[in-house]
Order: sequence, then C-alpha cells, then structure tokens
Amino acid sequence: MTETPLVIDVQNLTKSFAGKTVVNKLSLQVAPGEIYGFLGPNGSGKTTFIRMLCGLLRPDAGSGFCLGFDVLTESEKIKANIGYMAQRFSLYEDLSVRENLIFMGQIYGIRNLGAEVNTMLERMKLTPFAGQLAGTLSGGWKQRLALSACLLHRPRLLLLDEPTAGVDPKARRDFWDDIYTLAASGVTSLISTHYMDEAERCHRLAYLAYGNLLTSGTAEEVVSSSGLTTWALSGRNVHELAPRLRSLAGVEQVVPFGNTLHISGHDAEQLERSLRPFLHGEFTSQRTAANLEEVFISLMQQQKVA
Amino acid sequence: MAGNGFFSLRRFRAMVGKEFVQMRRDRITFAMMIGIPILQMIIFGFAINSDPKQLPTVVLAAEHSVFSRSIIAAMQNSGYFRVIKTVTGEAEAGMLVERGEVQFVLSIPEQFSRRLLRGESPALLLTADATDPAATSNAVSAFRLLTESALARDLEGPLHHLRRGKAPLEVIMHPRFNPEAITQYNIVPGLMGVVLTMTLVIITALAMTRERERGTMENLLSTPVKPMEVMIGKIIPYIIVGYVQVSVILLAGRFLFKVPMIGNIFLLLAVSLVFIAANLGVGLTFSTIARNQLQAVQMAFFFFLPSILLSGFMFPFRGMPVWAQCVGEILPLTHYLRIVRGILLKGNGFVHILPNLWPIALFLLVALTIGLKRYRRTLD
Repeated sequence: MTETPLVIDVQNLTKSFAGKTVVNKLSLQVAPGEIYGFLGPNGSGKTTFIRMLCGLLRPDAGSGFCLGFDVLTESEKIKANIGYMAQRFSLYEDLSVRENLIFMGQIYGIRNLGAEVNTMLERMKLTPFAGQLAGTLSGGWKQRLALSACLLHRPRLLLLDEPTAGVDPKARRDFWDDIYTLAASGVTSLISTHYMDEAERCHRLAYLAYGNLLTSGTAEEVVSSSGLTTWALSGRNVHELAPRLRSLAGVEQVVPFGNTLHISGHDAEQLERSLRPFLHGEFTSQRTAANLEEVFISLMQQQKVA
Repeated sequence: MAGNGFFSLRRFRAMVGKEFVQMRRDRITFAMMIGIPILQMIIFGFAINSDPKQLPTVVLAAEHSVFSRSIIAAMQNSGYFRVIKTVTGEAEAGMLVERGEVQFVLSIPEQFSRRLLRGESPALLLTADATDPAATSNAVSAFRLLTESALARDLEGPLHHLRRGKAPLEVIMHPRFNPEAITQYNIVPGLMGVVLTMTLVIITALAMTRERERGTMENLLSTPVKPMEVMIGKIIPYIIVGYVQVSVILLAGRFLFKVPMIGNIFLLLAVSLVFIAANLGVGLTFSTIARNQLQAVQMAFFFFLPSILLSGFMFPFRGMPVWAQCVGEILPLTHYLRIVRGILLKGNGFVHILPNLWPIALFLLVALTIGLKRYRRTLD
C-alpha cells in the first residue's frame, strides 16, 4: 500500500457509455477529514464518478488512488474500506432495520456484531424502529438506516450519492450533524447534492456539468473566482421589472427572491451602466456578493455556449 | 361533452396507446409473446407422436433359421421395431433393458424351427421395458399380428398343414418394471422432475432479478461480497426447498399412489442434488439476462415448456423425431426422468444411471459458467 496523505487522488478519470462521454478527464484531490461537496446538474456525471471511485464501474481511462489503493486494480480493497450510499434506498425493504444491519455487518465480517449493531441503533436513534420492516420507514429514517449500514464497518471514506434527496429539513440537519461528527473523527466524506445550503456546509466543493469539472475550491473561492457581479434590487412589485432587465446589455441573470431581484453579470461596468436608471428612486439597491446558485447557473450557461 | 362521460373514448384510446408503446419497449416480453406460440406449434405439431415407432430392440437368438429371420424382417418392416443388435447372453440383454438403451428384447429359444416344424407351437418371448405403458402398447399389439403373417409366407407347400389348427407359435409377453401398465407408476416419479424444474427455475430467476429491480444489487456490489458468494448463497436455500418438494412427492407416491420403489432412495436423493443445482443454475442465468421480474418468469416458462413436452414426461421420448430427441437430450429433465424411473421402478444402481447423470452435470457446469460470466461484477 502506497501511503498518500490524500484520501482521494485521481487524475483524468474518464468514462463513456455508448460513445457518449459521461465523465471527462476528471481529476480530484480530497484530504482526510474533509467534507467534499459534489454539485452539478442531473446527468453531469456525479453518480458515474462516485461509482468509479468505489469500483462499481471500471474507468475507461485515467488513474489514481482511493485510500491509497489503486482505483483500477484494487477495487476489492477499496470496497472493504469505504461506505457507499446509493441514490436510491438500496437495503432490503422486506428485512427489519436490525436484520438489514446484521446482514451488512456479516458481509463486512464485523466481530461482536450484535453489540455493534445495538450501539449503532442507539447512536442513530433507530432503536425504537429496530424490529420494523425497512420498507415501512419514512424517507428520513430510511436515510438514517442507510447511513448506519455504511458506517458499521467504520469506513475511512464515505461516498454519499444525493443522500438527502427528498428528506425533510430536520432530518437533513441531523444528517449533517452526523457528517460533521464523523469528519471530526477523521472520516472523509464525498457528498453529491443539489441543495445550495448543503454545498455551503462543505469544506470544499466541485461543480460538474456534462462530465467536465468546471470549478472547485471553498465556497468563497468558487464565488470570488467566478468574476460575477450581483446587484440586489428590492421594493414592491420589483419582479415586474424582470423581463425588461433581462434584455439589458451586460445582464446575464435575473433571479427573484421574494421582493428582491438579484441581477448578475460578468462585466461589472456594463452592468452598472445598464442598471443605473433603476438604482435610484422607488427601489432600494445594493451591490452584494453572488451566491453559489448564481455562480453555478452562470457556469452552466457558459459551458453550453462553449 | 362526450369526453367527460362515463366512458371516454379519448381516455380509453390513450390507455390502449400507452400499453402498446410499453409493450414495444419491452423487447423480451414481445419476443416471448411471439416465441411461445411458435415453440408450442413446433413441439405439438411436429415433435409429439403418441404412436412411437422405431423402438430399439435387441434379439437374443439361441438359433438362426429361416423362420427367425422372417420374424425379425417382419418386425423391422412394421416400423415399430428397430433391431439394433443380436446378442447371445441373457445377462447382456437384461442389462440393456435396465439401462433403458433398448425397449424390447426378442428371445428366440433353442430348437425353435425344429419344434415349429413338428407343430409343437414353440414360444417366442418378447420382453418389454414397460415403465411407460404408452410407449410400448402399440408395438406389442403389432407384434402379435406380424409373427403370424410373417410365418405364413414360409409355411407354404408341404408345410401348409402347420397353418391349420392351433397357432404355429405362441407369443409370450413379458412387460418388465410395470407389468400392470399403471400410468401413475410412470407419471408420479416423473412429476418429481417436473415440479422441481418448474418451481426452482422460476424462484431463482426471480431472486436475482428482484435484487436488481429493487436497487439492492447496487448496494451488494459496493460491498466486498464476491459473485460466487452471492450465487451460491442464493442457491443453497432453494436446494433445501427442492429437497422438501422431493420428499413430499416421494411420500405421496409411496402412500397415496402406491408406486413401487424398489431402488435405493438415498441414491435418488444424492443424484437429485445435481439435477436441482442444474435447474437453479438455469434460473440464475435467466436472472442475469432478465431486466425485470416479468421477463424472468417468461424465460423460465420458455425453458419449462420444452422440458415438460420433449423430455418424455408427457409423451414417449422414442416417439419423437430425431431433432426433437436431440433437443430433449440436452434438457436435464429428460435424463432425470430416466434416473428417477430407473431407480424407483427398475432398481437401477449407480452404474446404470451414470450415462444419464453426466449430461445433467455437464448442463449444470455450462449454466453456472454462463451465469457467473453474465453476473455483472460492475454495473456497466
């Protein structure tokens, strides 16, 4: 085993299905204990990339290491040390919560399994549901069960594919608390998500579109490197202005937030010149930082044009 | 408006249209809908024949004469018998019947022609493997007629007087293994193989497809579990189910249908393992091909149909044309039926059943290899 300080260190991973490139020369470095966010529109290659990392798919090209094991040749060793949570609930709905955990524990050859399962049930607050069939759990509890199942063997890396899709806000917050606790104990997580608030909770993030890595870094780095200028315009009925604003030179995005419009563009001077007639008068205006969503949408638009 | 009424044609058309689109998308189901009737037509139309001919026969001749040659020639000409060889030892002839290699043994006694000429009505012995009464009955009735007409030509001129009075020879029938021609004796042991084929192929085909359909396969694949462990792990519980079925049928056969069981039951149970495993191997292979549970059931049915019709379970195997027999020889059920009937009705030992055991083992090997190869270690 080659000892690398990085948990994930892959270069130029590529995968295509039926001639269509789904992941294009993707390189990624993730340090131990990091929570790494993986964002991008549907079909951008996030799931495919995660599946390549855990050995479910064989990359067409590229190389690299995951937990110090070669992703091309040592997928068995990788599998034993990661916890993978698929997008879809993939435990047995016709087994009880406890039976599911025991099954997964046996697959990983965990010793003293009964006690370990009880500890996990207690820790994830699943004890009251232990005897219930997994299929009858609500979305949030199913997700907790799935997380428990991939934590049992104490993996050093968690690959979580849209773990919070369709889960209520309270359950999402509990989930993130767990991820932070795990990160503090040195467990690295790679999490794909569509939620911007979750993206901001990650230590670092990467944005993918159409198989290409468009940007990566901390949330602040991603925003500041985007070169996007944003004005917030607020007042009653401000949204009626939106169609007019969109047609102005230098305006790339107009996004309503209640009684506020966020207007952004890359050319700060042109944007200000175009907006000048609206900046004083009945609306209050303010130059603000672009948010992640605006950055991502602008990246995606550029990618489309390119 | 018509569209809001009790039954709207527009909504109805939308449903019909959608069903057709879905039907077209599901290629395997579509292929099966066309394939199964074609298969049935070919099997019922061409392969099945309830009047089997060309039954393999061995002649145990203690003497060779004009008369014995006439009788043998007449047997061949009738189309019911195909004399494959002439032997001299009774033990050899007996062995051939026990192994099921021949259906009949014609024994021509010593001094047959001499006693015939003296008008002593010598006896011809026709021994039949009567495990399947349907396979032999027509040939047996044909035999009685053909012996007399065959000799009629030889007994001309000075020998004409022998045709008068009592019959010139006597035909003695010796139906072995199922002398009373009780159909149940043949069907009940056969049912064991049919039930095992039907349930085990379907159950295992579903078991793996279910993992895929429900998404649990992805989870399994991301763990260190190996394909061999998944396959064998899925097979073992159903092997136990298979043995429960075997036991139920054996007990019912013994106490309900009073089927004679003269062979070694433990030998039967042991070789059943190979047969059960072969069926599970087929089921697993199907489950790696089928995309959903419906397709898996259809594939199982596609396998089951020739198994039940071409194996000799429903219709005499030897009545089928050569191509159908070739297909039948591939199917594990064909060989298992011979083994079950051989052990239960004929008291076959291991040596007798060996020629039917290795084809099942070979089938198992091929099915498992294809299944393991197709089992996707990775999702692509």
